[in-house]
Amino acid sequence: MVELGRAGTPMDAVAGVVPSLVFEPADEQETALILRDANQAGLSVIPTGGGTKLDWGNPPRKADVLLSMRRQNRVLEHAWADLTVTVEAGCTIAELQRTLAEHGQRLAIDPLWPERATVGGILATNDSGVLRLAYGSLRDLIIGVTLVLADGTIASSGGKVVKNVAGYDLPKLTTGALGTLGVITRAVFRLHPLPRNTRTLTIAAKDAADMQRVVLAILGAQLAPAAVQVRNGNVDILLEGTRDGIASQESAIKEFGTLQEGSPDVWKAREELWDRAPIVKFTTLPSRISAASASFSRSVIQATGIGFAQVPVGHDGDLAGLRAAMERDGGSLVILGRTQHDAWGSPGDALPLMRAVKEQFDPKGTLNPGRFVGGI
Amino acid sequence: MNPKTLEELRGILGPHGLISSSEELRTYECDGLTNFRVVPSAVVLPESTEEVQAVVRLCHRERIPFVARGAGTGLSGGALPVAGGIVIGLARMKRILEVDLANARVVVEPGVINLEVTGRVAPANFFYAPDPSSQSVCSIGGNVAENSGGAHCLKYGFTTTHVLGLEVVLPNGSLVHMGGKTLDTPGYDLAGVFVGSEGTLGIATKITLRIVKRPECVRTLLAAFHSTNEAGAAVSGIIAAGMLPAAIEMMDNLAIQAAEAAVHANYPDCGGLLLVELDGPVAEVDALMAHVDEICRQNGAWEIRVAQSEAERALVWKGRKAAFAAMGRISPNYIVQDGVIPRTSLPQILSEIDQLSAETGLRVANVFHAGDGNLHPLVLYDRRVPGQEKAAERLSERILELCIEKGGSITGEHGVGEEKKHMMSKMFAEPDLETMQRVRCAFDPLQLSNPTKIFPRTRLCGEKPGEYVAHPLEIAGVAERF
Repeated sequence: MVELGRAGTPMDAVAGVVPSLVFEPADEQETALILRDANQAGLSVIPTGGGTKLDWGNPPRKADVLLSMRRQNRVLEHAWADLTVTVEAGCTIAELQRTLAEHGQRLAIDPLWPERATVGGILATNDSGVLRLAYGSLRDLIIGVTLVLADGTIASSGGKVVKNVAGYDLPKLTTGALGTLGVITRAVFRLHPLPRNTRTLTIAAKDAADMQRVVLAILGAQLAPAAVQVRNGNVDILLEGTRDGIASQESAIKEFGTLQEGSPDVWKAREELWDRAPIVKFTTLPSRISAASASFSRSVIQATGIGFAQVPVGHDGDLAGLRAAMERDGGSLVILGRTQHDAWGSPGDALPLMRAVKEQFDPKGTLNPGRFVGGI
Repeated sequence: MNPKTLEELRGILGPHGLISSSEELRTYECDGLTNFRVVPSAVVLPESTEEVQAVVRLCHRERIPFVARGAGTGLSGGALPVAGGIVIGLARMKRILEVDLANARVVVEPGVINLEVTGRVAPANFFYAPDPSSQSVCSIGGNVAENSGGAHCLKYGFTTTHVLGLEVVLPNGSLVHMGGKTLDTPGYDLAGVFVGSEGTLGIATKITLRIVKRPECVRTLLAAFHSTNEAGAAVSGIIAAGMLPAAIEMMDNLAIQAAEAAVHANYPDCGGLLLVELDGPVAEVDALMAHVDEICRQNGAWEIRVAQSEAERALVWKGRKAAFAAMGRISPNYIVQDGVIPRTSLPQILSEIDQLSAETGLRVANVFHAGDGNLHPLVLYDRRVPGQEKAAERLSERILELCIEKGGSITGEHGVGEEKKHMMSKMFAEPDLETMQRVRCAFDPLQLSNPTKIFPRTRLCGEKPGEYVAHPLEIAGVAERF
């Protein structure tokens, strides 16, 4: 049976909107039942995992039901010899990684707040982290998904094998969809071995031009860094692999600037930005990282061209201009937190198609109404 | 086809952009899978996005189904024409529009040949990673449709990993842009669902690709085992040791014989041949290669060679990449199958394939992307022997059923197309397929773009699944269900 929902409290607020009811279904079937009934009754549903990023996206037009996935938190199958894992949406990233580590493996991502963030939550918000330089982002690592649609349909796509082109790639479509197409109940990922050794190096750049030069030199060299980020004028480099491999890469990187032994803590710099809200996520090309960093007082920019920055106090109003400039250059600026602005910016000429997809999956607008791009 | 429509098409494309004579149309009656043939009503060869749009608008207005076609090398009948429909051949849209080395991006038209991308950026030490065996002739547009893989996707991923942005003509003729040169563009990952949709969601007219810096070194190890089981155990050992090679390929004895007969790759005559490729910084690769060597020996490898030069490496790969075509040397006819299993099921499925082979008297050669469990069994037969073709088809399909039973897939890289759509309902449940078709309905409500492929049954886009009417008490959580 579906356990009783409880009344929502201010603690459950989604971007400032307090839901009327909170459900914590125990499994896929219960999830489907709640969704189907809510959909039928015209109630809106806000899915949630660890609740770490509930203020991302625009405030919901309404929030009748908060659907917590926290009880569906099992690692269902770690097929370590096949380098895959099937995991329920409510499992935290840290718990998943601990399980995978028992066989020397990992999901090669480093999302925000892993002790609390869940599989479903990072998928919905597409939060991958700095390792994507070497291992790809969530869209590249997810190989299967099970969704419950607004009408209660339980649907799987992809599968348990890494290589599979049968049918449409719904795992990718739902990654980053902010729960507006369906509630993710389980996911299958391809895995990577844990690195044999790791080493963090830092180059203190002389100025913005020097920082840009160092980043492009590292990306342009025949090296294999696991991660590269730009942080307050520093370029941090993560090397993984055999001792010999790391040593030889280190000596090659020495040519690009004066190396300092880095602390593994530098990779927490992105998370540390959240000591003040709101934070913006912006995307640019690797060759424009230094130009982008000049727009913010404090930022962490991954070498893949994905940056996170604090907005200086009292400068909320500048965001529109900043976004326009980023979009003119082919990039984007998304606000992660509440401001007077739309969180997303322009999705371009594909917006009507995105609306058509939403209409097919959730014609009544039950899931996360108004939180996604273009009012979806 | 209605002469007025043909006239209009000629007006859009000029006299050299339209094919309508029945002899010439025959060239387009099939793709690389030749046992399905349909002669289209017309073939158009546009040279620009505008021409593609104009043709698709016409199709939309007149409700004429259309099928996009790249180089026609597909192996699942994805580019098989639809009766009464138009084939839109994209071979003339073959310009490389932009090369941005600093950001490792290349923008191409769909008719550009896969290997030409690498050819263009190789002087700057870059390459385009997806490398299907047909890469010297297949087009990027076709790769996008099929989400093509190749031997190196174990490490580098598939076409979808390397497609960052798309310009697409939707089935109603409108133009949309998905993704872009930067990552994580706001909104749904439409490029993610478009890649691999086998031409059913529209036509890509511009594709932004990610290119990859060439690793400092590439080493290829070739190990001979007494059996595929031993070779498979070595693969497990490599994975368990925490290594992710760029490629791991396996061939059985029959496949080796065929490859030898065709290209003289100088493979050892053995029961199971393993090809392991590592790439990266020299010091890293050297350290890991020693470990791979040791694991192979522990698992019974009786001969190990490491290709020392680029020429040796090329020869080793030539045998593998020629393996499909080489079957012609040892059998008059053969079926190329493409299935996937969780890699650990390899020994089991091989013994089951052996058994099927013994039961039917048909030989099966096996070529695998062993690292990711992608099997390419080649079922050999002789069309002249009555009943043998049917038996071969049955055996080939039975192998796919075994893949599904093991939790695998009916296709790893060749696509569903026409050939395997009846297998989709064995792999997926009805709600799974129905949900996928919602995507179809959003992109192509009239179902004009390659309408007969992938799905065993098409869903009418107007139809909504029956909805259950819930009691208000259930919603409030006061009452229970079941």
